[in-house]
Formats: sequence, C-alpha cells, structure tokens
Amino acid sequence: MEILVASAIGLLASAGIYLMLRQRTFPVIVGLTLLSYAVNVFIFAVGRLVVGLPPILDKAAAGYTDPLPQALVLTAIVISFGMTAVIVIIALGAYLESGHDRVDMTDDTDEPEVRK
Amino acid sequence: MNHWIIVPVVLPAVMGAAIVLLMRHDLLLQRVFSVAATLALVTVGIALTIAASHTPAEVYLLGNWPAPFGIVLVLDRLSAMMVLLTAVLAAIVQLYAIGTQWDTRGRHFHALFQFQLMGISGAFLTGDAFNLFVFFEVLLIASYGLMIHGGGKNRLRAGVQYIAFNLVGSSLFLFALASLYALTGTLNIADLVVKVQTLPEGDAALFRATMVLLMLVFAIKGALVPLQFWLPGTYANAPGPVAALFAVMTKIGAYAMIRFGVMVIPPSTPATGTLIADLLLPAALITLVVGAIGVLGATTLSRLAAFAAIASMGTLFVAVSAFTPAGTSAALYYMIHSTLAGAALFLIIDLIIDRRADDGLRQSLPPIAQGGLIAALFMATAIALAGMPPLSGFIGKLLVMQALRDQAALVWSIILVTSLVSIMGFARAGSTVFWKAHASAPADPPQHAPEALSFLAIGLLLAGLVALTVLAGPITAWLDVAAANLHDPSAYIAANALPGGN
Repeated sequence: MEILVASAIGLLASAGIYLMLRQRTFPVIVGLTLLSYAVNVFIFAVGRLVVGLPPILDKAAAGYTDPLPQALVLTAIVISFGMTAVIVIIALGAYLESGHDRVDMTDDTDEPEVRK
Repeated sequence: MNHWIIVPVVLPAVMGAAIVLLMRHDLLLQRVFSVAATLALVTVGIALTIAASHTPAEVYLLGNWPAPFGIVLVLDRLSAMMVLLTAVLAAIVQLYAIGTQWDTRGRHFHALFQFQLMGISGAFLTGDAFNLFVFFEVLLIASYGLMIHGGGKNRLRAGVQYIAFNLVGSSLFLFALASLYALTGTLNIADLVVKVQTLPEGDAALFRATMVLLMLVFAIKGALVPLQFWLPGTYANAPGPVAALFAVMTKIGAYAMIRFGVMVIPPSTPATGTLIADLLLPAALITLVVGAIGVLGATTLSRLAAFAAIASMGTLFVAVSAFTPAGTSAALYYMIHSTLAGAALFLIIDLIIDRRADDGLRQSLPPIAQGGLIAALFMATAIALAGMPPLSGFIGKLLVMQALRDQAALVWSIILVTSLVSIMGFARAGSTVFWKAHASAPADPPQHAPEALSFLAIGLLLAGLVALTVLAGPITAWLDVAAANLHDPSAYIAANALPGGN
C-alpha cells in the first residue's frame, strides 16, 4: 500500500508541476489543482498508513489511527478549493479583459489570436 | 488569561463581515467604521506591546485546550511589535485611500482591508505552525481581492501570476508542515523548539529537507532571490495604497523566518547546524544587489518602488542570517524602518502617477501639481530608503553592519556599494520627474485637488521615521530584549505550560 500511495503522490505532483509550467492559464490552474491533490494525499499519509484501526484510543483495539492529519487535510482541502475558485474567476476576468489567456506579461500588440 | 490577545484577530474579522453584510451600499458608513476599527486596533496594539514589555511571553488558549493539543496564540515582544506596526501602517494607508478616493474605484475595499488585517495579525500572534498556514491563507485571499481592486487588464493579469505563485507557495508550505508533523508529532511552535533538539539521528536528513522547504516558503513571501519574481509585477500593478499595505506582507516572510530560524532551529541545533545561515546569507546579499540594480534600471516609477522593497528585504535578511541576538535586533529595527519607508515611497509614487498620468521614467513630462511638496517628500523617503543620514535607514544599516562585522569584507562592501547604487537610482528618478520637468513647462500651471488627507498620511509615515531615528536608543534597547527572548525561548516554552515540566 505504501508504494501505491507514494507513487500516486509522485505522479500527481509531477503532472501538476508539468502543467504548471505551461503558458496558458487553464493548464496552469489544472496543474495547481493536481499539486494540491498531491499535498492532500501526502498530509493524509503522514499520520502513518494503517488499516482497520479506530481514530480514537480504544482499549479493545491494537492501536489507533492518528486523527490529526485527517483534521489538517480537511482544512487543506477547503482552503485549496477556495483558492482554486478565486484563481479561476480572476483568470476569467483577465481573459475577458485582455482577449487571451497567456500567463506571462508580454506586450499585447504582437499577440496572436486565441486559438478556438 | 489575557483576552486582549485575541482582539487583533476578532475585531477585524467582525468588522469585515459587518461591512460586507450591513454597510455594502453606504461608503461613508464603511469609511467611518473601518477607520474606527483600525484605530481601535492601533490602541489594542499599543496595549499589547506594553503588556509584552512586562512579561516575556503570554499564551492564549483557543478553545481552552492545553498546548500542544489545542491551538494557542502567543504574545511576546516580537508578535506585539508586529501587530502594532501593522495596525499603524494600516491606519495611515486607510487615510490615504480615503483621501485619494482609491476606495471608490472598486467594491468592498474596506471589507477586504479588514480581512487582510485579520490575517496579518493572526499570522503574527499564532503559536501553532499549521495555524500560521491558515492565517497566511486568510491574508492571501484578502490580498488577492485588494491587489486587483479597481480592475484593469494589466492588474488582473498580474493578479493571476500573483495568485498562481502563492498557490505553489501554499502547497510547499503544506508539504513542509506535513513532513514536520511526521518527524516530530507536533505543530505547536514551543513544542517544536523542545522536540527538535532531541530528534533521532536517522531523521536528520529528512528534517533538513523539511526545514529548507519551510524556509523556501518564507523566502517566497519575503521575496528572497531567486524567489522574488512575483514581487515587481505584483507591487507595480497593485493600487498604490494596497502596495503600501503589502510593505508589511513581505515582512511576514522575514518574521516567520526569524520565528523558525532563530527560535526553532538555531545554529546550535544538532540536526541542521548552520545550514540555514549558510544558504540565507548569499541569497540575501544577491537579493540586495538585484534590488539595487533594479532601482537604478527601473523604467517605471512603480517598478522603482518594487525594487526598493526587494533591496530592503535583502538588507533585512542579511541581518537575520547572522543568527545572533545583535543581528536579530538589527533585523527587527530595520524591519520597522523599511516597512514605514517602503510604504511612504509607494504612496508618494501613487500621488505622482495620479498627477503625471504616466508611470514611465524614460521621458520627462511637464511639472505636476504640488510638485514642490511631493519632490520634498520623495527626497526624504529616498534618503531613508537608501540609508543616508539623518533618517532611520542610516541607523538601521549601521546596526546591520555592526552585527556582521566578522564578515565585514564581503557584507560591508555589498551593503555600501548597493546603497550608493540606490542613491543613484533615486537621484535619477527624482531628477527625471521633478527637475527636468521644468524644461518643458506649459503656459498654464497644472491643476489638481490638493487632497490634504493623502499628504497627511505620507507626513505621518515620515514622522514615524523621524520618531524611529530620534528614539533609536530606547527602541533598540527594547528590541535587544525581544531578540534575547527569541534566542533563549525558555520563557516562550514555559508560557505554553507543556507537559514534562519544560
């Protein structure tokens, strides 16, 4: 299970970084979202991966799952969701104002039309 | 338990919500309540600073859970000072925004302003690393709204870059915090101070990677080279008063680096040693050089101010990188100075752009209205930022250089040469805007409303710089104790009343 989770985090993070380096806002936002998914799984895993144990101390059970990372990951999910919504709206605003969705701040005069 | 500690977070939060829910259609009401709340925050900041002068550290238990299980706010000299500095700057910036009508150029300026204050105060007061992340996000989401206040193509596009950069920063922050929790099992800062010292040797490598990651996040906030790319575009495109308020946002990076670098992993820590200091000093020196060259080479006034901000962060981080009480004390003094001076420069440049209707420095344009007064203010601020006597920039740089005198050959020469380069940059900008303008004077003198409130705001910032210069003795004595408390955090740990009798 460790290998599965670790490679999933790695895959999400690398795909996120690749997309983040693109030139247009939509891939960049998708990349940021993927990176935040990678973070979420990572936080979830730092409480150590265990199967079938209760999240609170229970004398009948052999051990317990650390509940704190789960609380942290909830916070992180909510925040990254809100931030993604903000950047989508502002990127839309920038697209409507400037007529293209390039991320860099080049001059608009020699700008090709946005591909449909 | 001193309940006033939570007020700098709760007051702006309630006021921000009240403004957006109850007063959204009445600008006058918004202005009155927002200014009243910010002035109340100044009062609370003064009270907290006085309280912090008497006790080394005081803890506020949120939800009354004991540390390290619950989240705590901790008031010490450093956090009290930063809250007061933020509140004073915010009150002045708000006067300016009202005086120049900036708050009418978009909606919800005052509500966003209050939420921004909530996030900044919370980030300074919190004693919990994950809570620090949450307050970072609160202040960032408000800053996104403020940064694009007033709209416009370039501002929105710069806003997208700014948000994307900070989202990456937040992800790195989460990676670092999660690794920190995995290694130490705690996120309470006082608890971290204790646990980091006894980390098993096998975890040292992972811990070093975690701490470098964490410092990278703070370096993004503090615009340390090579992570400064977001700053010129953001600050140059943000509305003037917002850029002035952002002068304290870069300081949050420096604050967090002092809090973690000095308190949690001082150079005596076995796992990290002098790793952070070794990385920080060259980066800070390059930041200073990049900032000074940027000041000299800026093609627009607002980029000039942005690069001046980068240069001042460089000086600040040079002082931090000493990791000695003298260095930390110098860093704190320079932090107060550069916040006030940087904000003053952004406000003055906003006045100039408003009158000149052009941001460029390539050609000189006809003289601007109230040109004499603005030129005098610009010159005073330039003297302060470049670090020439008689203003506090000189004392600040002197303290920084004194703290790093064992590396004088390298550090002194870079600080002195960059000061000269910035003086040249400011002189060039000043003569283009104010002197050469008279060569092309039109027949009719330019007209512009004098906006007494805006000039008052800039005057207050400069008065703050003068006070910082005149009272340098008592202030540095106070800051020396603040720095000593950071280098010996036993009172901070004791205030958290951790189990195990620490």
